[in-house]
Amino acid sequence: MSTVKYTRDHEWLQRAADDTVTLGITDYAQEQLGDIVYVELPAVGSHIDASANLVVIESVKAVGEVKLSATGTVVAVNERLADVPELVNSAAESDGWLVRVKLDQLSALDDLLDAAAYQAFLATL
Amino acid sequence: MTRLDPALARTPLFDLHLELGARMVGFGGYALPVQYAGGIKHEHLATRTGAGLFDVSHMGQIVVNGPPAALEALVTSDIAGLGPGRLRYSVLTSDSGGILDDLMVLRLPEGLHVVVNAAYKTADFAHLQRGLATSCEVRMHHDRALLALQGPAAAQVLEPLCPGAAALMFMQGARLAIGGCDCIVTRSGYTGEDGYEISVPADAAIAVARRLLASGAVTPVGLGARDSLRLEAGLCLSGADIGPDITPVEAALEFVIARKYLGSGALPAPFPGAARILHERAHGARRRRVGLIVHGRVPVRAGASVQAADGRVVGTVTSGGFGPTLARPLALAMVARECAVPGTVLTVTVREQAHAVEVVTLPFVPHRYHQP
Repeated sequence: MSTVKYTRDHEWLQRAADDTVTLGITDYAQEQLGDIVYVELPAVGSHIDASANLVVIESVKAVGEVKLSATGTVVAVNERLADVPELVNSAAESDGWLVRVKLDQLSALDDLLDAAAYQAFLATL
Repeated sequence: MTRLDPALARTPLFDLHLELGARMVGFGGYALPVQYAGGIKHEHLATRTGAGLFDVSHMGQIVVNGPPAALEALVTSDIAGLGPGRLRYSVLTSDSGGILDDLMVLRLPEGLHVVVNAAYKTADFAHLQRGLATSCEVRMHHDRALLALQGPAAAQVLEPLCPGAAALMFMQGARLAIGGCDCIVTRSGYTGEDGYEISVPADAAIAVARRLLASGAVTPVGLGARDSLRLEAGLCLSGADIGPDITPVEAALEFVIARKYLGSGALPAPFPGAARILHERAHGARRRRVGLIVHGRVPVRAGASVQAADGRVVGTVTSGGFGPTLARPLALAMVARECAVPGTVLTVTVREQAHAVEVVTLPFVPHRYHQP
């Protein structure tokens, strides 16, 4: 079973069967950033705390920072983004995923928004 | 993402921007489009290959009526020698030789039409009024919009609507009619491409913009691509690449200094800061504005520190971003003179990591102006 959760910072997190969590930015976020030209990914194996930048996404105009709303260890990054950063524009919620992490506490996902709640949140913006 | 601040001023084209699906932002106190639905890259490339239409009505349009030479007390250029219908790029200087703002000066039969940057227009206007009080009438237009039509298709789009436009050469201008409206048209711009800036009565601005868009060859372009286009063209952004603490020589803008103030038989230069600026013109300044290309893919942005190979800080990035035409990050930087030679490899620090950059000759993308 896989469920996708969302943050108010426009990230999506999808838990896989092996309990790793894949993270990306939402379609709304990529739309706001505009043409993405560079994605700075963390080193695999690095331990990330909730306050540090996990990923930096740069568009022609803006710099976006993606934080992990919990602590965890990076187990994989989307290597394709080094050459094709625009994948985050064209497929933000699928092939344009950013990192896969092993959360220290999987329960950190419990507080996040489900799809309906995220859509409701978007409607308030 | 955020709602538009209702306190922002609106240009005469505001309603058209919304109709065209613009994403509006606050800039220089005005609500302006940062991009439309197609995005910055698309708008940038459409301007380089066809034509882009920009709303630059936030800029200041100032009338200076009086002897043209009077303006030479405030700017570095030859204004007395500016023939009717000629346009000149110049700078307002401070007593210490810094650049208060850059500006375009058009000589019309009845006087000078001056265009200054939005962020400084109130200060520039006061400065012009003070400096020219005894000789000229200085008046700000509040009833005109300013459109820029830029790109290789600009002339063929404009001429049918505005007979006479195609006959202008780069850095010429004239009063021309568009649909019966009195417009001031110059062949100039801020993209490095052939094109025009068109001063239009505010109440006719939307109609003129619609006629240009209706040609089918014109893409509306926002502030995002305006910045990436001017960056590729190596053109300065006032308040970033030039400012009160940067002289024209440091900014690599020596061409704005009138020849009559140089060499043997030079006339005394009346503009503020002339002694320092002419000294630097003769002997060089201790730092210089340069272009940088980034060897990797990371965009370097304004404020980033520039280091020499030995780690010594030698300058600062003054503006930077991604250049869609070259599909790579580009920047302008102010660096120590010994580091300003094209081919010099330096590093720029981004998020605590050093990235290799190389000094290159400006512009990054060759200018394609309409000149003989």
